[in-house]
Amino acid sequence: MKTNSRVEKILAGGGFVVTSECGPPRGADPEVVRKKGELLRGVVDAVNVTDNQTAVVRMSSLSACAILKGMGLEPILQMVCRDRNRIALQSDILGAAALGINNVLCLSGDHQKFGDHPQGKNVYDIDSIQLIQTVCRMRDEGKFLGGEEIKGKPLMFVGAAENPFADPFEIRAARLGKKMRAGCEFIQTQCIYNMERFSRWMEMVCDRGFHEKCAVLAGVTPFKTAGMANYMKKNVPGMDVPDEMIERMKGVPKEKQAEEGIKICVEQIQQLREIPGVRGIHIMAIEWEAKVAEIVKAAGLLPRPEIE
Amino acid sequence: MIVGNRKDFKEILEKLGPRRRVLLLGCNECVTVCGVGGEREVGVLASELRLYWKKEGETFEVREHTLERQCDYEYIDQIRGFADEYDVILSMACGAGVQYVAEAYKTKLVLPAVNTTFLGVTIEQGVWSERCQGCGSCILDMTAGVCPIARCSKSLLNGPCGGSSGGKCEIDNETDCAWQLIVDRLKESDQMERYEEILPVKDWRTGREGGPRKRVREDLKL
Amino acid sequence: MSYPSNVKVVKLPCTGRVDVLLILRAFESGVDGVYVAGCMEGECHFLRGNLRARRRVEYVKGLLEEVGLGGGRVEMFNMSASQGQRFAQFAREMTERIRLLGPSPARK
Repeated sequence: MKTNSRVEKILAGGGFVVTSECGPPRGADPEVVRKKGELLRGVVDAVNVTDNQTAVVRMSSLSACAILKGMGLEPILQMVCRDRNRIALQSDILGAAALGINNVLCLSGDHQKFGDHPQGKNVYDIDSIQLIQTVCRMRDEGKFLGGEEIKGKPLMFVGAAENPFADPFEIRAARLGKKMRAGCEFIQTQCIYNMERFSRWMEMVCDRGFHEKCAVLAGVTPFKTAGMANYMKKNVPGMDVPDEMIERMKGVPKEKQAEEGIKICVEQIQQLREIPGVRGIHIMAIEWEAKVAEIVKAAGLLPRPEIE
Repeated sequence: MIVGNRKDFKEILEKLGPRRRVLLLGCNECVTVCGVGGEREVGVLASELRLYWKKEGETFEVREHTLERQCDYEYIDQIRGFADEYDVILSMACGAGVQYVAEAYKTKLVLPAVNTTFLGVTIEQGVWSERCQGCGSCILDMTAGVCPIARCSKSLLNGPCGGSSGGKCEIDNETDCAWQLIVDRLKESDQMERYEEILPVKDWRTGREGGPRKRVREDLKL
Repeated sequence: MSYPSNVKVVKLPCTGRVDVLLILRAFESGVDGVYVAGCMEGECHFLRGNLRARRRVEYVKGLLEEVGLGGGRVEMFNMSASQGQRFAQFAREMTERIRLLGPSPARK
């Protein structure tokens, strides 16, 4: 084991990992984080905490992770490259490790034009792949990016995100390879609806042997309404929602749509488990954390393993 | 060339304030090529100002004068003989030119009429596009001649990010995804193995982050 | 054909010769309105001169709004050389438009 990460331990034991997400509040109230955490206790192996997602100011990921850790949950610190330079990023890695946070997800971060402070300067001092390299170097060699020695290495399990459906399609597997060579140990994908296309991507990944070094956790998001499914198809770049799914959601009366959405999600999880190379699931139920327990249970993934 | 946009007419009027004798200085180089501050644009702005003040019933005098460029002292010095006849010098040059005029005429009020934006190229007449950010350590050999610092909205050295869609950047569907361009170009020029390389972190010291820059060539000094 | 006597005609080989400054200087000299009469689109003897003229006229409308004279004082009309009646009709239309707008506030 390189770290104390629960995710690393389950993967090393050949298990199937279940993770979910927690979006911190647009305010300083820690109760919001605790409530979300409680909903996920015993239901998932680790919880991502987003980092000013969509460039909207929220309570920092690091602090929300600390709150979850304090509750006995396993947080995954998300770090975007948009808002912090290499000094701040390395500093936060040390801080996270000091607070007992064992996992980090390295991301580029949505451009600030999407958020509530589009006038701000963006940083992007280093990119997500360089960040992966940096964290791995800090952990394995005990050196900062600048080459100086670290006293007290941060033991972080390093992950990244990948969107199998983003353009250009032909280099997506190569890009995953780059992340892996940079030291990435697990990947969470963007939410998947097109199983066929995702299977093809996984084939490309497995052909190159990436799946052995880097665990792929497939992302899923349940539809709340037919409107949401439609919105995601039309307005979210890089999102591939097959028409049959929209039709299925529309075919059910409004009061039953949420239930249908959960059903679809559970079916997807079952299909994903069958795809070679998929080592886990990442459930993104945005502002619907209450349903995660139901989904995980219906998918037959409870109870979660007991780990030292 | 250096590209800019002319400031809003209202903004120019605000900056001029109560002054009614203006020396309007154009520049014959970059701002002429990108149609923002050359002789023609000086003519248009001068005409607009005269029409506006005629309408307001106030006397107003604007002298139109276009210099070869405003970033070399020899040319700026050419107006020394008549600069004092005017209350204000309104320059249509890029930021470098405006500053240089201000340095050369310390006692005069020197105002910018242009918002300088980027270093770019002419796509077609009337359309100019950003290409360079002056980072000071050019890596165009590694990215098939497409600059990720200037043309990727996130300046990623190992792109693309997950927001690339249909060859366009997530910020809007007019902006090309620089990494799509790089991948296409690598394919076309048979350099796809380059994509496998992980480009290391950038040393930003050679860029503006390291502080204002200067270049010296001792052999060219007189 | 007759058209209002307040219309002064300036002949050009092609409306593509009209440039932004030409129109602005006309207003500086004290005219109340300017219109550009060009060939029907697609029939320009010099291929695209009239298309360029239209783009410039649209640009000048914006400039006239900026300075407070009003974009309505400039216009572009298309007609073929043989359409004398059309020329006269536009002359009347433009004259009427300018009459409603009043004399140019820059004409002092």
